[in-house]
Amino acid sequence: MDDFNSETDSDYTSYWRDWFISSRGNEYFCEIDEEYLTDRFNLTGLNTEVQYYQYALDLVTDVFDFDCDDDMREQIEKSARQLYGLVHARYIVTTRGLAKMLEKFKKSDFGKCPRVMCESQPLLPMGQSDVANTSPVKLYCSRCEDLYNPKSSRHAIIDGAYFGSSFHNILFQVYPAMLPPKSQKRYSPKVFGFKVHAAAALSRWQADERDKMKERLRLARVETGFEDEDEELEDEEEDEDMEGTEFERAIAQQ
Amino acid sequence: MSSSSQVTESWISSFCGLLGHEYFAEVSEDFIEDDFNLTGLQSQVPMYKEALEMILDVEPEDDEEDEEEEEEDEEDEDILGDERPTGYRRASDRRHLRIASDLSVIESSAELLYGLIHQRYITSRPGIQQMAEKYELQHFGTCPRVHCNSCKVLPVGLNDSPGHETVKLFCPSCLDVYTPPNSRFQTVDGAFFGTTFPSLFFMTFTDLDLGGTRNSSGAADALLAMQAANAEAKARNKTTPANVTSVNGVAPHNIAPGLGPGNIYEPRIYGFRVNERARSGPRMKWLRMKPADVTELDETRAYWEEREGDGDRPDVEDLNMVDVAADGKARRKIAGRRRRANGSGNGNGNTGASPMDTNGLGAAG
Repeated sequence: MDDFNSETDSDYTSYWRDWFISSRGNEYFCEIDEEYLTDRFNLTGLNTEVQYYQYALDLVTDVFDFDCDDDMREQIEKSARQLYGLVHARYIVTTRGLAKMLEKFKKSDFGKCPRVMCESQPLLPMGQSDVANTSPVKLYCSRCEDLYNPKSSRHAIIDGAYFGSSFHNILFQVYPAMLPPKSQKRYSPKVFGFKVHAAAALSRWQADERDKMKERLRLARVETGFEDEDEELEDEEEDEDMEGTEFERAIAQQ
Repeated sequence: MSSSSQVTESWISSFCGLLGHEYFAEVSEDFIEDDFNLTGLQSQVPMYKEALEMILDVEPEDDEEDEEEEEEDEEDEDILGDERPTGYRRASDRRHLRIASDLSVIESSAELLYGLIHQRYITSRPGIQQMAEKYELQHFGTCPRVHCNSCKVLPVGLNDSPGHETVKLFCPSCLDVYTPPNSRFQTVDGAFFGTTFPSLFFMTFTDLDLGGTRNSSGAADALLAMQAANAEAKARNKTTPANVTSVNGVAPHNIAPGLGPGNIYEPRIYGFRVNERARSGPRMKWLRMKPADVTELDETRAYWEEREGDGDRPDVEDLNMVDVAADGKARRKIAGRRRRANGSGNGNGNTGASPMDTNGLGAAG
């Protein structure tokens, strides 16, 4: 236990955390500062949530020197991962944590929005609950403001509580410049160039709701943040409507 | 020299077996052999004839017409590459040259041609049936959107002419399109599936339940979502009346089941909702909205309600696009079939066969 003092040493290499961050499947996590981890205030309440709390903490901070069999070691390892995750959820809403996650966001470390109209908007990880073991991590797209499942199954098993339900919203409150412009572009289902009525009726209704919202915001003098405010996408759709005639021409040729 | 004369496997099935070609259906040879189905493709595909032969695994060498063609084409030698089928231009030296360079050209032409035929095939009756089997087996994957509950998706093109966009996936639950999760599909042209296919598919198979699998691990979430949906609907005292079997030609439970109250993400910070007026506030909820009572989407009725005193106002039966069950019992179960006998629901005053009533199609007469 002599090592215990060295944990405040800044040039102490963080073996466990380095390993954890760089291991496959943990790409969503950022590295928690040593100082943050060793400040007991930041860990308030976690000792009741994590088994073998003290050993796990020692492992995370690389001062673990407890002789035990492999089973025990495995248990502690698991607890350490859980502890790291729960501290991570707290850390990423701090100034330093937000900055680190912002860098990862800019590099699209969390993937890109699968929605075609979002044009590869980088995503942010989030949990639907702050309580551990409730639901796995989801990805939030700030362009369409919706949640998506991670593509890879190795990410789909990470607990959502390791990111929390507030982090991604806080990030955009702290860095509003990172908000992408919202787009009114949308897909309209068509059959031989003709819009499908049920879908078109719904999208007209949605457009009404959108215009109502814009009106509310306008009255409140708040910017709506839409990139294509005025021009509707009608002309773009017109081109595609020509497809029908092409088909007709083909038939006429025959 | 012909490419895939290995007999063991046809060109079509080996093409569909390639990595990244999992979305393709095997077009039947009957369909390809019918010239009508290939109308206009000749001008879109270089080396059309060779490509077609390759697809059908026909040996091109021993064609009897070889020699005539040769003579004919000698004159055209200079204007090669225009939209004429240039297929036979090197008929004489084909045996030597085709081995190396031509083969790859023909191979890519064959892929293009197959793709364009495929686009037409999957909107035909046997083709759409074949795609339905693939859909059932979840060959196209599921919607990545959390609130769609892993709804099965279908491939779609954003353009009907090749070379524009790669294949995308259409989710009937949120009526949106997504990029396939695996990058191997990013080499597949969207035109090979076409813009029409998924919409036509869901218009053809109206019996499908698009709600997705709600009973898996996300059962608790789904329950919460449903409770939220019910609470919100009750608060506004509006839900779709239970006896409605069809709105705008679609069963109410199949109109974008992944949208609407309870399926919209609500941004929160420490449990508090982010206000719409905040700079980072929600602005895109409309994209996932749906009226709690889907009969609100009946624009025909809304139109005539505005014109109460109009002389052209049709009879009560023709005023809307909503169908209700003839008797209280026959609800959702028959909703998908949508083939009521003509006039069976007249007692309701709300139904009947109108010229606008797409649901009455089966009963027209």
